[in-house]
Amino acid sequence: MFQASVHVTLRPSILDPKGKASEQALHQLGLTAIQDVRIGKLITMNVEAATEEEAQKKVEEACQKLLANDVMEDVEIEMKRVAHDTSQ
Amino acid sequence: MNIAIPIFPGSNCDHDTEHVFGTVLGAKVSSVWHKETSIGTPDMVIIPGGFSYGDYLRTGAIARFSPIMESIQAFAQKGGPVIGICNGFQILLEAGLLPGVMLHNENLRFICKSIHLKVEAGNRSRFTQGLDPEDTFKVPISHGEGNYRIDDEGLKSLEDHQQIVFRYVNELGDLDPKANVNGSTAAIAGICNRQGNVLGLMPHPERAAEPQLGNTDGRQLLDAFLQAVDITV
Repeated sequence: MFQASVHVTLRPSILDPKGKASEQALHQLGLTAIQDVRIGKLITMNVEAATEEEAQKKVEEACQKLLANDVMEDVEIEMKRVAHDTSQ
Repeated sequence: MNIAIPIFPGSNCDHDTEHVFGTVLGAKVSSVWHKETSIGTPDMVIIPGGFSYGDYLRTGAIARFSPIMESIQAFAQKGGPVIGICNGFQILLEAGLLPGVMLHNENLRFICKSIHLKVEAGNRSRFTQGLDPEDTFKVPISHGEGNYRIDDEGLKSLEDHQQIVFRYVNELGDLDPKANVNGSTAAIAGICNRQGNVLGLMPHPERAAEPQLGNTDGRQLLDAFLQAVDITV
């Protein structure tokens, strides 16, 4: 079993109004050193697969088919092997 | 005229759409639950507005995989007329029946108010041929994510193939950055596919189709949509 963390962010060329508004608020709080705030999504999942490569492929397929829209979003996948029963 | 209206969990303009096309305009309307696998044999499909699947993930992203969508996609690919209004437009984008994406409105607010629209002269949509490109239509919008985006190449392709159908204008009918309330690329409010049989628009003409509501500009658009389909059915 593998655990995947999928980070979905708007592509750099796409305006991120939530990020922009948050950045303005941070600047108003005096945190002017903070720049280029971008807000994305973190999606986690467990994947049944024999190898990390196989798990990676399955998650990439999930991203391509549903989890992200590649016209506007970039995806980064982190994968780690976990014990079979994650509930205990 | 038979019109099919698919309903997804979270659709909320389905009753308005049924009422206007059925009672006001006199078409025969049938609503189809999203779990059905066949849309039947309608003359036209209207995907209504709302918040299908609570807009989870991205607007329209999950509705696009509802069982009914395969049948709608097949209907559209055979040249069947399909119109998506608001969330219906967002679903058509996610389904790949129309190009581009929707982002949050530039001002981050949900915008619910009447705006002005113009039909693009020479556009390829089969639905708008009876409308005068000189006319300005006042129609309500109601959305948080109507900021239509497409890259430069995609925009050029839309322009080259006359796929831009509606643009936001000011009340004088002129393009004006202030009138482009959600920040859409090229003030786009509606587009069609290359064949002209699939149309998506963010404004809600069905909310401005009866004198009791104080505005009937939407009805002019809907009459034109129906006439266009009537002629070609």
